[in-house]
Amino acid sequence: MSLWVDMYRPRTLDDLHYHEGLSTRLRSLAASGDFPHMLFYGPSGAGKKTRIACTLRELFGKGADKLKIDQRVFMTPSKRKLDVNIVQSNYHIEITPSEVGQYDRVVIQELLKEIAQTQQVDVSAKHRFKVVIIQEADSLTRDAQAALRRTMEKYMSNMRIILCANSTSKLIAPIKSRCLLVRVAAPSSEEIVKVLKHVAAKQPFRVIDDEVAQEIAEDSNGNLRKAILVFEALRMQSPDLSGPLTIAKPDWETYCHKVADMIIQEQTPQRVMDVRSKLYELLSHCIPATVIIKTIADRLVDKVDENLKADIMHWAAIYETRMRVGNKKIFHLEAWVVKVMSLYKHFFYGIDMSGFD
Amino acid sequence: MSFFQKSSTRTAPKTATVDPTLQPWVEKYRPKTIDDVSAQEHTVAVLRRTLTSTNLPHMLFYGPPGTGKTSTILALARQLYGPDNFRSRVLELNASDERGIAIVRDKIKNFARQTPRAQAVASDGQTYPCPPYKIIILDEADSMTQDAQAALRRIMETYARITRFCLVCNYVTRIIDPLASRCSKFRFKPLDPTSTSSRLTQIASSENIAVSDDVVKTLINTSQGDLRRSITYLQSASRLSMSTNPPTPIVPSDIQEIAGVVPDTVINSFAATLGIDIITDEMDVDDGLPTRAKGFNDIRSKVKQIVREGYSAAQILSQLHDLVVEHPTLAAQKKANCALVFAEADKALCDGADEELWILEVGLQVHKAVS
Ligand SMILES: Nc1ncnc2c1ncn2[C@@H]1O[C@H](COP(=O)(O)OP(=O)(O)O)[C@@H](O)[C@H]1O
Ligand SMILES: Nc1ncnc2c1ncn2[C@@H]1O[C@H](COP(=O)(O)OP(=O)(O)O)[C@@H](O)[C@H]1O
Ligand SMILES: [Mg+2]
Ligand SMILES: [Mg+2]
Repeated sequence: MSLWVDMYRPRTLDDLHYHEGLSTRLRSLAASGDFPHMLFYGPSGAGKKTRIACTLRELFGKGADKLKIDQRVFMTPSKRKLDVNIVQSNYHIEITPSEVGQYDRVVIQELLKEIAQTQQVDVSAKHRFKVVIIQEADSLTRDAQAALRRTMEKYMSNMRIILCANSTSKLIAPIKSRCLLVRVAAPSSEEIVKVLKHVAAKQPFRVIDDEVAQEIAEDSNGNLRKAILVFEALRMQSPDLSGPLTIAKPDWETYCHKVADMIIQEQTPQRVMDVRSKLYELLSHCIPATVIIKTIADRLVDKVDENLKADIMHWAAIYETRMRVGNKKIFHLEAWVVKVMSLYKHFFYGIDMSGFD
Repeated sequence: MSFFQKSSTRTAPKTATVDPTLQPWVEKYRPKTIDDVSAQEHTVAVLRRTLTSTNLPHMLFYGPPGTGKTSTILALARQLYGPDNFRSRVLELNASDERGIAIVRDKIKNFARQTPRAQAVASDGQTYPCPPYKIIILDEADSMTQDAQAALRRIMETYARITRFCLVCNYVTRIIDPLASRCSKFRFKPLDPTSTSSRLTQIASSENIAVSDDVVKTLINTSQGDLRRSITYLQSASRLSMSTNPPTPIVPSDIQEIAGVVPDTVINSFAATLGIDIITDEMDVDDGLPTRAKGFNDIRSKVKQIVREGYSAAQILSQLHDLVVEHPTLAAQKKANCALVFAEADKALCDGADEELWILEVGLQVHKAVS
């Protein structure tokens, strides 16, 4: 049985529940025949992937939903084999080049050239061009982006590219200027509530309590995927959604909060050791270090004095950056914890002392 | 088997099949002759002379994107060789092609070897100078490694008698000196507003679309001297406006959305939260923006809201930077302190740092600097 997020994923532009203006534009663009390269960007869970799939369906009809998954092997110039998963229909192909890390250029170059040089053999296809969807485009290396730029101009006659990214910050200007930028903002809480009610209507219990829906929506922070997943989990707690419901936080989040509380309770070398073992635990469960530092910091600033908040976030930003550039995540997480403890202690004594003046 | 088959007619010229109404305007309106190139008067004047003299130096074109470098060399080559000989006399290599130096050497070797004779009169009835050498265009040359460039220098020497090189790049400093010193250098300037404006109006009238002065102004502001960008934005905006029934006129905010520019209202309200006085053109000073600086929690929730809207951090920082630096009443000392923060954030984002953390960091530091 599939999850609700998949089961109730809208299939057509008409089924999309929010950003109607955007859906209308996409519908007319698909109909116009003059379809540009596009770049969809916005936060995770805002509905980019869904919207792209609906646009494809609008372009090519139902056939675009018939997907198959292939594994392809590419060869780097140094004869290293790269395995890449490819999702495709008769009309499009979808890849996540960041799967192969620094070799993404090879995949982009080979695949796009191959597609550009082939022709649509389905004579009844609505468009001559094929669509290439590139997921996680913001992780493309500079090299791969450079390889894309001229290709996008050269093969315009039989290929369109749709890039999907969280942000445009990491894409080079020549790529951005060759695409129609489509920003997909996260749905508002009201919009999320609307979707939740729609999902509920398809269940035996039919309705979801307004308050519960509102709570789920607020908790999801604009991430619709998260909201639907939480909703489904609640149904597990209580099949007919009766009785008191509590939105369970994921374990790792509770764990991070515990770490924040430990930091505030005590600032000693022993406590640093205790915190470190907790951090290791989180990392070994594949929680990204960035998520760890942000979650702990968020909890900390809710608990400390106004004067300390900015400093805690400042050092979180600094150490998170170092983590990206450096090699050992744990070093920087730990350094940040020590920094925060020291800030806290100094501040605490500062106030205490002034009381004795 | 996949539905896509290798076409059996791979050699068929692709350009012949492009429906002109579907062609990107940047290609459709690429200058055909060097005299079509706007705003690069000096370069064009020098190159015009090479059309009459028979000699051509090696050349190095450099300057920001979308200023006419590729167009100029292609136009010059076309004027030198005419349509018939262009293919056999001009080789274009760019970063999109696989470009290990071994491959470059092979391609150049092969290309330089063939010496087809030029007909006196071309198929279009005109005569072309058709000088007795071939032109090799290395586009995006600054993405070649130092080693590749060194190897290229030897190749240049080997084929010096029968080839001329034209290196095209954005950053002249990334071209090694022994290579750069062999070339005549031509600098391409960002397009000035007047040239951009006249080029855009020309395209708009050929395409029969109405474009207001405000829209042109927005195009100029968002593309900053990059004509490719402004033309692409214009085409996208026109696509969107034509796609409704009846067509809706293009407005400046369409251009801003297409260009990924964050609306002024969003930036202003962020700045106001940070304690910066927002001075608008309107007489109505008090247009609902908070005028007093707020605390940590206000700034944090403002940042979360911006992030949810999906705006990119780089764009927000660049626009906030402009607002601060150009602010009419903010003290210089405060601006200087803000500048330090922006620089720090730009570096962090280039290192791949988390966008939300850095928008917040900039917010908090700017708040501190101005209060
Ligand atoms: N417009 C929409 N209306 C209703 N549900 C949606 C809509 N967009 C997305 N969803 C739901 O939200 C989930 C996450 O969307 P997705 O497109 O994967 O987000 P993103 O690609 O932005 O991370 C999907 O599984 C789908 O069930
Ligand atoms: N100086 C210019 N005059 C006229 N058109 C230009 C000029 N610069 C750029 N363009 C337009 O922008 C497009 C891209 O220009 P191109 O020559 O490829 O720029 P680059 O300097 O990046 O090589 C051209 O097709 C043309 O439409
Ligand atoms: Mg996604
Ligand atoms: Mg160029």
